[in-house]
Amino acid sequence: MTDSTWQLLLDSLWPMIHGAITGTIPLALSSFAIGLALALVLALMRLSRRRWLSSIARVYISLVRGTPLLVQLFVIFYGLPSLGVVIDPWPSAIIAFSINVGGYAAEVIRAAILSVPKGQWEAAYMVGMSHRRALTRIILPQAARVSVPPLSNTFISLVKDTSLASLILVTELFREAQQVAAFSGQFMALYLEAALLYWIICLVLSSGQSVLEKRLERYVAH
Amino acid sequence: MSPTDSQPTDQNLLTVRGLQKSFGTNQVLRSIDLTVSRGQVLALIGPSGSGKTTVLRCLNGLEIADGGSIEIVGAADGGHAPVVIDFAAAHGSRAGVPKKALGALRDRSAMVFQHYNLFPHKTVLENVMEGPLIVQRRPRAEVEAEALALLDRVGLRDKRDSYPFELSGGQQQRVGIVRALALRPTLLLFDEPTSALDPELVGDVLRLIKELAAEGWTMVIVTHELEFAREVASEIAFVDGGTIVEHGDPKQMLRDPQHERTRQFLHRLLFPF
Ligand SMILES: Nc1ncnc2c1ncn2[C@@H]1O[C@H](COP(=O)(O)OP(=O)(O)O)[C@@H](O)[C@H]1O
Ligand SMILES: [Mg+2]
Repeated sequence: MTDSTWQLLLDSLWPMIHGAITGTIPLALSSFAIGLALALVLALMRLSRRRWLSSIARVYISLVRGTPLLVQLFVIFYGLPSLGVVIDPWPSAIIAFSINVGGYAAEVIRAAILSVPKGQWEAAYMVGMSHRRALTRIILPQAARVSVPPLSNTFISLVKDTSLASLILVTELFREAQQVAAFSGQFMALYLEAALLYWIICLVLSSGQSVLEKRLERYVAH
Repeated sequence: MSPTDSQPTDQNLLTVRGLQKSFGTNQVLRSIDLTVSRGQVLALIGPSGSGKTTVLRCLNGLEIADGGSIEIVGAADGGHAPVVIDFAAAHGSRAGVPKKALGALRDRSAMVFQHYNLFPHKTVLENVMEGPLIVQRRPRAEVEAEALALLDRVGLRDKRDSYPFELSGGQQQRVGIVRALALRPTLLLFDEPTSALDPELVGDVLRLIKELAAEGWTMVIVTHELEFAREVASEIAFVDGGTIVEHGDPKQMLRDPQHERTRQFLHRLLFPF
């Protein structure tokens, strides 16, 4: 590589990091938070004894998991305007990613709730709790512990998937890379630089995941 | 820490009549009749699958019977209204049983589980305080003082901040018993409280239950510990095939059972091989 390529990589580093800080990370965090809330509702609907509630959730989850994220993103950003619904790039991205996380995380949360032994429900009822209170105070805290590893993986995938938002004009890490690349013609160097940055972010997240798992395991036998 | 509410002594505290329960086509309880008066201990014995746990679960409102009735008398001091639930009227559906009656049944009875079922994400003290504090909404200072006194009496005060997994099975079950007592129930229900324990840990738990019996707690205990049942129980009932085949004075019944099925069961328990 020539000196000018190194210079280009160095010069583009800050715009890409800036794109990560102002684009990739907030996009991932907000979509994940909204997606998780949605997922909890969907998981509870799936577990509901009311057939219609659980059917709605099942169809939703099936649709989200059975269609590409990129298509979901394009439907919202490029498709909806033809129905007169115009949404800006950022909200479009957040909506699409939240919907997507909601579908995947719902199954994780549902499985986690089901993994809590039946005796925990019974002990909760025994001390006089209602269904709702048993759920929030006894079952969900235990389900949360079980779902940390799979949900961390969902989050890490989401961070990488946010690069798709560049295709609907959201300024984030990858779009910065694309712009410099198009301008300079140094595609290989710049896309590898972007890949390296994503990798570093994911490494940090993975180590955060293990810390969190250790903390949550403090009340379980080893 | 003795039983908190006073009951008229001339009356049965608990009366169960014709209790029935099916799971699908499997009729688990055919017709269970039993009575327990205040301060008395009823021991339920019987083969595995005979419906003993189901009886206790019905008494705690964890299971809704299909027929029959459960009654618990009110407290003499007016602290509790009587509980009367007629399951025939409810046609076996939870919705058919008045919510208030079901709540009252749960309030009045407390269960100690075979597998303890402590809340693993809560400390010992939190396990004990959860019901009185969060559900019964009693003042924290009072609840904590009472919880600590109860833990003290079972020798676990210094474990107050431990998590259940840090305790032995015997210690966990003693916390289970304290959790039940802290609810200030009228009726204590024990489902094979020692059958999940290592043999050397059984004694402590049985001794504690005996102390509670001596203090006047009213209890229904499912157990396979015949010697324990003989010492602690005021009456033993032998359950088989969803009915009470016979019941009576513990010494009398263990020495001289009237029914062939009881005789066979006792023989199998005493001479397992
Ligand atoms: N929730 C349930 N669903 C279906 N069958 C059950 C359920 N609970 C208990 N049973 C059945 O009821 C019968 C009696 O069970 P149980 O009351 O636990 O007996 P015991 O405690 O005397 O061993 C068993 O055949 C068991 O399989
Ligand atoms: Mg049983």
